[in-house]
Amino acid sequence: MPGSVAPASASAASPSPDPAALYRTVRLIRRFEERAVELVRAGEVFGGIHPYTGQEAIAAGTCGALRADDLITSTHRGHGHVLAKGADPARMMAEIAGRATGLNRGRGGSMHAADFGVGILGANAIVGAAAPIATGAAWAARCAGSDRVVVTYFGDGAVSQGVVLETFNMAALWRAPVIFVCENNGFATTTRTQDAVAGSITGRAEAFGIPAERVWGMDPEAVYAATARAVARARSGEGPTLLECETYRYDAHHTWEHAARPRYRTPEEVELGRSVDPLDIQGARIDAGVRARIDAEVDVLLDEAVRFALESPRPDPATALDFLYADGTTARAGAL
Amino acid sequence: MTILSYLKALNRAVADEMERDPAVCVFGEDVRVAVTNVTAGLVKRFGEERVLDMPISEQAFTGIATGAAMAGRRPLIEYQIPALLFIAFEQIVNQAHKFSLMTGGQISVPVTYLIPSSGSRDGWAGQHSDHPYSLFAHVGVKTAVPATPADAYGLLVTAIRDDDPVVVFAPAGAMGRRADVDLAQLAPIPLGVGRIHRPGTDVTVVAIGHLVHDALEVAEELSGTIDVEVFDPRSVYPFDWQGLAASLERTGRLVVIDDSNRSCGIGGEILATAAEQMRLVAPPKRITRPDGAVLPFAEGLDRALQPTREQLRHAIHGVMKAGATG
Ligand SMILES: Cc1ncc(C[n+]2csc(CCOP(=O)(O)OP(=O)(O)O)c2C)c(N)n1
Repeated sequence: MPGSVAPASASAASPSPDPAALYRTVRLIRRFEERAVELVRAGEVFGGIHPYTGQEAIAAGTCGALRADDLITSTHRGHGHVLAKGADPARMMAEIAGRATGLNRGRGGSMHAADFGVGILGANAIVGAAAPIATGAAWAARCAGSDRVVVTYFGDGAVSQGVVLETFNMAALWRAPVIFVCENNGFATTTRTQDAVAGSITGRAEAFGIPAERVWGMDPEAVYAATARAVARARSGEGPTLLECETYRYDAHHTWEHAARPRYRTPEEVELGRSVDPLDIQGARIDAGVRARIDAEVDVLLDEAVRFALESPRPDPATALDFLYADGTTARAGAL
Repeated sequence: MTILSYLKALNRAVADEMERDPAVCVFGEDVRVAVTNVTAGLVKRFGEERVLDMPISEQAFTGIATGAAMAGRRPLIEYQIPALLFIAFEQIVNQAHKFSLMTGGQISVPVTYLIPSSGSRDGWAGQHSDHPYSLFAHVGVKTAVPATPADAYGLLVTAIRDDDPVVVFAPAGAMGRRADVDLAQLAPIPLGVGRIHRPGTDVTVVAIGHLVHDALEVAEELSGTIDVEVFDPRSVYPFDWQGLAASLERTGRLVVIDDSNRSCGIGGEILATAAEQMRLVAPPKRITRPDGAVLPFAEGLDRALQPTREQLRHAIHGVMKAGATG
């Protein structure tokens, strides 16, 4: 049915963060990405992935401050957002591996993972393109009388896309309950932010009257706190907020980079960037025993996810154009 | 019976659907005062919450419609000029159209994109005279090009009710049409079902949009010498291939008249499909704009690139001759 999104939930987000829950999300994303990269190397993933390693605190902190019935849109680097919002890791892994049991029945893959049942309106492979989609969903949700908010993620590269700036304008005019989360990892593929972004990222939002905040994006609790403030604003009808989360991408832009090896950052720089780790930052806030238990649980969960993915059937090629139209309109074959 | 104009038919379709379904809303530039008249009277009836003036931000509001559709609304977007589709193409083709398949059927995007006065309008020149329905057929977005007031009403209603994205082109050349209709008989018209405006036995003329009326005039002129069947597919995607095949069973000869560019246009597709799969006793012909045409400003130049009745007459005589000797 068109227009069906996550069912409304009675449970409000916790007013203060649960340190163990945040740690668990960071750990889940980290291990998920590591296992996914292994599957890429093993040839089980067609095409590769954009790993989110290093940036986990942003997904964990933002989604931690959302209610189950809030919505998100994601990006080409979307695994973390999708997991943090509550998608099943096994079905997510199956999606990446192109299996019929995947979140999108193998039709979306890494860059399009969607789960409308838990409020994920889709990862999006066109830089900046999801910002208006999130804003439209936010507008429609408010018209329907709900106090849902929508978080839309994008990178520093997206702030040079016209559609994002057009969307800032309209979201501000309409006071749409949308939170723009810019994950500034310093690069758009290989181009440094300072070489591509004139002025500042926060300034772009402020020009439209949107309050903007810079947040240390390696700390899940800092991200949580900033998100909670933005959520409160959005729910009370005050409109959008931009959060610029400063972070660092540990790995290549995409797993192909290991083959092409473009030179755009030095090994020293990568080492320095990797020395700040959201796992350690959040892990230090919880009891060592709890940390070890979570680590073990996550490993079991991901062993199961990988097993589920690899044992799942691949979709039947004869169904390759299924789901193109809601009413089952059939496309003519390309050859007779 | 009542005289219904094509414009009024569009207006009536939107109003009727807004009345029937509170999820239907209208997005566009200057839709509140209704500069194109398509949305006339809607704010008064349905309020500003459902008829929204947009900033000049086609990419953003096209994407906003996608998100709103995912959250339960059924937006209709009015674009003031057809060329704006090129700006919004990303959000229609890459986003709205692809979501259903890419999500494995989790969601569909019921947005209608309406382009009143598509194609050549006097003196509007290069960037305002496109008629890009073939592009949407090529990518598989449902696309209707109604020729008459009743079809404009019926196809627009169907588009709004459809759970997929649908583009409705209202050709400039058809906007002034009026017809005597029984308002009680106005009804949704399914996509992919063509209409034979005039039966004939010698040659099938497939005409799209406003060109249906040119084809009917030419058919009338030729009656007595050549018996022309005029077939209007009404939607170019999906296309009524069965209806065309049935027509060619009767006539065996085909001429297509299509106001889109020749290379990779729907006219070429119709010829190719007929040649591959249908009964033809003579090589088919098509009349289109030239390859990659950009309509120049000066009136004579603009007209020189559009399909004409003269060309149609010539093509009909051509297929008749070829059929007779072959
Ligand atoms: C509109 C658009 N242009 C170019 C690309 C190719 N591309 C994919 S990811 C990417 C870099 C994006 O950088 P950023 O937004 O900073 O996100 P990050 O990869 O750093 O997470 C580019 C250029 C694209 N997908 N979409």
